[in-house]
Amino acid sequence: MKPDSKTATAKLALDHLSVGYNGVPLISDICLSLSKGEIMTLIGPNGSGKTTILKSITRHLASISGTVYLDERNMRLISGKEIAEKLAVVLTERVRPELMNCFEFVSAGRYPYTGTFGTLTPRDREIVESALEKVNALDIADKDISRISDGQRQRILLARAICQEPEVIVLDEPTSYLDIRHKIELLEILSGMAKNSGISVVMSLHEIDLAERISDKIVCVKGDRIAAYGTPEEIFSDETIKELYGISAGSFNALLGSIELSPPQGEIRFFVIGGAGSGIPYYRALRKAGVPFAAGILPGNDMDLSVALPLAKTVLRTEPFMPASSELIDEAKKLIDSADTVIDCGCPAGEFNRFNAELLKYASERGKRIIRSLAGLSEAKL
Amino acid sequence: MKNTAKYPHTSLFSIFAVKEVSLPEMKEKTNNRNTARYCIVFAVFIILFIAAVMLSIRIGSVNISAKDIFDILFRGDRSDTVAGNVILKIRLPRIILASLLGGALSLSGFLIQTFFRNPIAGPFVLGISSGAKLFLAIVTIAMTGLFSGMPVSATVIASFIGSLLSMLLILLFTGRVKSMSSLLVIGIMISFICSALTDLLINFANDSDIVNLTHWSTGSFSAATWQDVRISAFIVLPALLAAFIASKPMGAYLLGEGYAKSLGVNIKALRVLLVLITGVLSSCVAAFAGPISFVGIAVPHISRQLLKTSKPILMIPASFLCGALFCVLCDLAARTLFSPAELSISTVTSAIGAPVVIWLMLSRRRQNEA
Repeated sequence: MKPDSKTATAKLALDHLSVGYNGVPLISDICLSLSKGEIMTLIGPNGSGKTTILKSITRHLASISGTVYLDERNMRLISGKEIAEKLAVVLTERVRPELMNCFEFVSAGRYPYTGTFGTLTPRDREIVESALEKVNALDIADKDISRISDGQRQRILLARAICQEPEVIVLDEPTSYLDIRHKIELLEILSGMAKNSGISVVMSLHEIDLAERISDKIVCVKGDRIAAYGTPEEIFSDETIKELYGISAGSFNALLGSIELSPPQGEIRFFVIGGAGSGIPYYRALRKAGVPFAAGILPGNDMDLSVALPLAKTVLRTEPFMPASSELIDEAKKLIDSADTVIDCGCPAGEFNRFNAELLKYASERGKRIIRSLAGLSEAKL
Repeated sequence: MKNTAKYPHTSLFSIFAVKEVSLPEMKEKTNNRNTARYCIVFAVFIILFIAAVMLSIRIGSVNISAKDIFDILFRGDRSDTVAGNVILKIRLPRIILASLLGGALSLSGFLIQTFFRNPIAGPFVLGISSGAKLFLAIVTIAMTGLFSGMPVSATVIASFIGSLLSMLLILLFTGRVKSMSSLLVIGIMISFICSALTDLLINFANDSDIVNLTHWSTGSFSAATWQDVRISAFIVLPALLAAFIASKPMGAYLLGEGYAKSLGVNIKALRVLLVLITGVLSSCVAAFAGPISFVGIAVPHISRQLLKTSKPILMIPASFLCGALFCVLCDLAARTLFSPAELSISTVTSAIGAPVVIWLMLSRRRQNEA
């Protein structure tokens, strides 16, 4: 953890903050800082304290010790109205006001700016409309808030926060309940808002792959501590993620953001000859059928490796951009001997994978069953 | 057909049918449409209210001609005749009291519904009226025992304290149970407990107390005096003003506590204010008219459905006005339907209000399923 809490440009800074419930600290000594237009994402398993930290920032929960600085001012010493002009929230609490249309709901964000009776001025109306426009929700402005879809509701909640004209927006799991398209849309809006309007964003996400792509800073929250804090490049390694979430089965590929289940156990029955992406559907099909297999020989820089490594029992690979050694080819032949079936994934043949043809020839000489298509694979009794 | 399905309760307003139009045009139209709706609803309320008042002045055990009414009210003629006495000493104070207290009851219902964010909440359902009755019973018995008399002010104060106590009890439970439906059940239980205790007290009370209490507990606007009107106006109108002042934070509170807090609303202060206003209003009603059921739930709901908004700034005057109208009409029905016998006001309000609550439950379910 870096003690860089009070840098001069910080929009939001947490200085040795301890958060928890009923005076019992859950996570102590949190030091984080966020500059203008930056996106900070809290990731971590369910119940790890992401929401607790966010609630302490937004003052929905009294922090136990330490300070939150908003624009370099201690938030304890700023009035609720002033905070409302600088910091807006999107919460997970499900609100269902009766008979309130989306426009009315969003316009509640103008609360800190309106007069005694909360009447909207034409300028307020413009701001509400432009907020609705930013989240592509102008068309549902007239709809009742309880009759819109989850994706629309999330956008309306965001529009409400935007029309508060804040410098910082705090969002608690804004993508939950959303399908993939709406997740991406929402994050696009957030990212655009941060870059174009200079609004700083703090949020918690469950989708680590999306978190990696959208965030400037990642905070790994693990139950009792901040396990890691830094840029996505610093944070995202297969190991950090596996450790953070305590993944014991399956795997997460930090580079691609892809998830694979754990490999099937038992004796190797299949040998898959792939390469250049041709092997991936076969690996996954075999994983689904629960058949242990070996994959090879893959060039060290082949994309098949990213799936073969987590799923295959054995993977034979060359050094990147190098031909296969004769030892490696012998090893492959041994594996083919022990398997009963060989899959030819139809990888294009070239200068550096001549061994594929050699291995196939070897397999047919040895009378192994050879499968050449996914259809063939599903017909074959696994 | 599609339109009536969307707004099932307002075929009256189907002139505002949605047509396919371009986006900015639609926004403009929506805006105008809403404003037009608000104007129409308020205009209808006012016209109906005036009509109801006119009818109430005219109809009764003595029917008085329109010309006589005009003479008595606006020219000061014949105020010492029978008709003049009936109008000025009996009907007019009664109508004004019914409007004030009806408005107060409906407004307190709206505030309580805002507070609990639950449209089924109301001063009667949550046991506030029963609390007032219990406390009033205790005080009446004690006072008649000690001083052999019960001044109006004591009635007001006793029922005020009683309703405030049961409101506080409800508040205490609010912190403990999260689900609003369990809170509602608790309110109904409190109401039963209070009624049981009141019955117990009545068993040990002497006859004159019982007459007082029974009269009180049936709820009625009869025997309204100008004195009653003055006192209740003095209580209700400032509370109405306070509600207006709280309308902005109340609007934010509708979004949920979390959002309200993030907007800078002082939640605790708002809650205390809401409880106080509700307590003042419902206890005033309890003191001067006794328990009146269902107005607090049904009327705000009707106004909300007609206005198609929950905005407090509109709902406060609308529910007050509609409550006044509703109570004047119900009172008229109570004293004329089976004349010369007079029904208790609750008999009429329940007969109309309870079906509205059932309709409310059904329409909410439909909404949730949609």
